[in-house]
Formats: sequence, structure tokens, C-alpha cells
Amino acid sequence: MFDSSFQEPLLTPTEGNRHPWRPATEESPLVRRILIAVAVLGLAVLVVAPLGVVFAEALAKGAGAAIASLASPDALSAIKLTLLVAGISVPVNAVFGVAAAWTITKFDFRGKAFLITLIDLPFSISPVVAGLALVLLFGANSLIGGWLVAQGFPIIFALPGIVLASVFVTFPFVARELIPVMIEQGRTEEEAALTLGASGWRVFRTVTLPNIKWALLYGVLLCNARAMGEFGAVAVVSGKIRGQTATMPITIEMMYNEYLSVAAFTLAAVLALLGLLTLALKTLLEWRHADQLSAIRRH
Amino acid sequence: MALSLRIQKSPMPGFRLGMGITLAMLSLIVILPVGALLAKGASYGLSGIWGTVNTPRVWAALYLSFRLSFFAALFNLVFGTLLAWVLARYEFPGRRLIDALVDLPFALPTAVAGIALTTLYAPNGVFGSVFKSLGIKIAYTEWGILIALIFVGLPFVTRTVQPVIDEIEREVEEASATLGAGRLYTMRRVILPALAPAALTGFALSLARAVGEYGSVIFIAGNLPLKTEIAPLLIVIKLEEFDYNGAAAIGLAMLLISFTMLLVINLIQIWSRRRIGHV
Repeated sequence: MFDSSFQEPLLTPTEGNRHPWRPATEESPLVRRILIAVAVLGLAVLVVAPLGVVFAEALAKGAGAAIASLASPDALSAIKLTLLVAGISVPVNAVFGVAAAWTITKFDFRGKAFLITLIDLPFSISPVVAGLALVLLFGANSLIGGWLVAQGFPIIFALPGIVLASVFVTFPFVARELIPVMIEQGRTEEEAALTLGASGWRVFRTVTLPNIKWALLYGVLLCNARAMGEFGAVAVVSGKIRGQTATMPITIEMMYNEYLSVAAFTLAAVLALLGLLTLALKTLLEWRHADQLSAIRRH
Repeated sequence: MALSLRIQKSPMPGFRLGMGITLAMLSLIVILPVGALLAKGASYGLSGIWGTVNTPRVWAALYLSFRLSFFAALFNLVFGTLLAWVLARYEFPGRRLIDALVDLPFALPTAVAGIALTTLYAPNGVFGSVFKSLGIKIAYTEWGILIALIFVGLPFVTRTVQPVIDEIEREVEEASATLGAGRLYTMRRVILPALAPAALTGFALSLARAVGEYGSVIFIAGNLPLKTEIAPLLIVIKLEEFDYNGAAAIGLAMLLISFTMLLVINLIQIWSRRRIGHV
């Protein structure tokens, strides 16, 4: 031992080739390879395999059968309803998100932290409990709900309930995305525009909006994906009326329970494609406009 | 920053409009419905709520939901941190694709995930048949529920920990190495403590998500009372029986347990931040 190490040239960091040189702040190549393998394999089994199954089952009886199943009245009405619900709840949420972020970041007032906590609340409430809360408030047995039903404007087991539920589960998305970005950008640009005599609306349109457009798009993308895919809250408030209040996820459940495997998985594949598209656009935004998005992502 | 003029009356317009929209929406979407739930609970009374919750079926569902959610979040804590480390520190082919795929559970609707996981892990499914030959049943057992809960909570820890790893200064690791620490020791005593608060946040988010999860679980759970029935399903069942009091009681019990857990996690977080010594 002593002799062999004595013979070694001084500049060789370790004995022989068994331990090739590496920086002290890195793991050995073997450890690194094992960690990468565990990560890739784990993700493949946990996440990619379920995605693959959706498409495999949809195409199990050929592409023709899959496409034909999409033309069924149930599938068509579900697609229409889901598009309608997202078409209402996403813009509503975008307006709310911008208004909330503007109020929270451009002004100082008491209770701001509490307001942010309230906006975040829907993330910590189970969608089923959210649906339950809406049923208790707007159901036919409740004070408000009973009156609204008498006026011929039912909320629960109808479109307004589905929209309310979708808005609830996506409530924090846009605001959460905008607030950190707008805090980082500060107020000086808007203040400069105001001193130059621009109106409030003009300041928002020509100064604020260009600064937050990518972050807004990011929030809207996530909001849309969740709104189209929401199941638990919608299952509770919609009443699952076939052809009327059955959104795409609800129809997937119905078809699956009726052993219409191809139909269920084809509709699921449509939603999965939407999810993949959302991911692709989101990733593109993160690459191209990372500086204009908030740094820490949670959703 | 240097010249911050304290303006008494803000020149910025739109406070009334912005605050008006914010409060109106907040009231309609969050405050009134949650208030209705609390009011229902109050009118039902503590004894009423206790009477509903204190039945074997409800206890079994609550215990199942919180126990499996805890284990799923624990799995995600370990695997999510590993994933974040690999994505932040190593360069390998396909890294960016894998980085994007981490978010797939957020983008895939829960009902889609539910039927896909069930098909995959059913006794005749691709993975299910392998487990079946080993004598293990996954779908329609607690294992199936656990897999669904792991799936929906998977991205949280990775997404909270990854930015923190990016921010760790290599100098700290170098200092540790020059002081004679091995890589494993540096990992354990320098890097992991720095990641702990973010990892705990991810754990809490994953846990909260799993406890409330419904769509992906009900397909794979089998939904046997006392065995594989989760708490959110019990709420749906009560609602379908028009037992609004019972549904509200279980909903409130879930909220109470969730918030207590999140409070405890927050306290642990404050404690761990203080121990490490940065804000």
C-alpha cells in the first residue's frame, strides 16, 4: 500500500484508473446513472404508461370505431357543453385574476394577506366539498336556490351550477400567476404613464397588459385545462343528466361504467390531447418567456 | 427604491373597480358557498355532526383517506425530490421532455387518469397481470387507491424543490468538500436541509390534493364500504340520498382535519426554517 502510493506521480489525484478524477461537488457517474434511471423509469411507469393506455384503448378496435364513437349524440353534446362551460368560466376567471392582481399589487391596503389567503382557499378544499357547498347555497331546498328555481332559473343540476363549480376549482390560477409577476414589475411604469396624462384604462392597455400578457396566457392555459377536465365538483352539482348536464369527464364516467370502452377512451383521448397541447404550449412559454413568468410554479 | 415618495392618495386609478370585481367574485364563488357549508354545520349542531361522523363507515373512510394520502405524499416527497435533483443537476438526452412530462398529472383530467390507471392495474391489465402472477391485487384494493393518489400529487414536490436546487450556490458545496466532507455527508448535512422547507411545502400540497381527490380514485378503488371507500365518495353518496346534513358533517370533518394537518406542517416548516437559519 505504502510503496505503491509512493511510486505514483504527484499530480495524479487518485490511485490508478479505478477512481477517475471528478469535481467534489458532483456525484460519481455510477450514482448519477442510477438516479437518472430511477427518475426516468419511475416517471415512465407512473405517468407515461397511463397516458399510453388512454390512446391504446381508444384505438383498440381501430381508428374508424374511435372516430365513429365521437359522433354519438352523447359524445357530441358533452363536447359542446364542455366547450361552453370553459368558454364562460375561463374569461370570467381571467377578468377576476387581472382585477385581483391589479388591486393587490398596485395598492396598499389592510388585510391584503387575508385577501390572498381567501383567493387561495379553493386549492385546499376538495372539489367534492366545493360542489357540496354550492349545492347547499343554491340547491332547490335552500333559500336562494328555492327562490331562483321559482323564477325559472335553476342553478344546481343546470349550466350555471357547472360554471360556478368550474370557476371555483380554477379560481386562484390566473391571480396566482399574475401577482408575483406584477409585484416584480413594480408600479413605476404605470406611474410614469399617468404623469404623462394617460387615462387609467389606457395605462392598463398599453403599459400593464403588454408586461403581463405571457403570464396571463400561462394562467389562462392552466385554467382552461382544469376547467375542461374538472370531475369531482361538476359530478356533484350537475346531476349527470345525459345530453343536458353531462360534461366530457362525466360522460367518460358514464360510458366507462356502461362498458363502452372505446367510446369512453376516445373521449378521454380527446381530453388527453388537450392536456398534451396545454403542456406543450406551457413548456414553450417557459422556454421563450421565462423572464416574464413567475419564478416558482406550483400548478 | 432610492427615492420612495410616500403618496397619501394613490394616483393609480382603478382601485374601486378592481376591488369591486375581486370582492364580488370572491363572495359569490368562495365566501357564500363556504359560508353556507359552515351555516349548515352550525344548524346541524356539534352533536349532529358527531352523530354522523361517529359511525364505523365514516371513520373507516376518513381513516383510509388520510392514511393513504399521507403515504402517497410521503412517496412523492422522496421521488419528487429525487426527480427535482436529476432534472436540475444532470444533463442527459430527453431531459427537457421529462421536465415537461412531470406536469402531466396536472394537465390530464382526473377522470381520464382514473380509467387509465384502472385499466392498467386491473387483473387483466398490462401492469395488473404482472402483479397478479405475483399474487398481488392492485386495482380495487388500497394499493390501487395509493397509486391514484401518488399520480395526482406527483408534480408538487418536484415543482417546489427544483427552483431551490437551482439557487443553491455551488460554493457552499465546495466549502463542504474542502472541509473534508464526502459527497454523501454534504448531501445529508448541507443540501437536504436547504431543500427541506420547499420539500415540506410540496408534501403539504400533495397531501391536501390527495385527501380531496375524487375523480381518479373512484374508478380504481372498488368502493367497498369499510374497505376501499374514500371520504369524498361518502359525501357524494350522502348527497345522492338527499342527506344534506350528513354530507355537510363529513365535509366539515374533512376540512377540519385538513386544516389541522396543514397548520402542523406550517409549524414544522417555520421550525425547520429557523433551525437552518435563513428566512
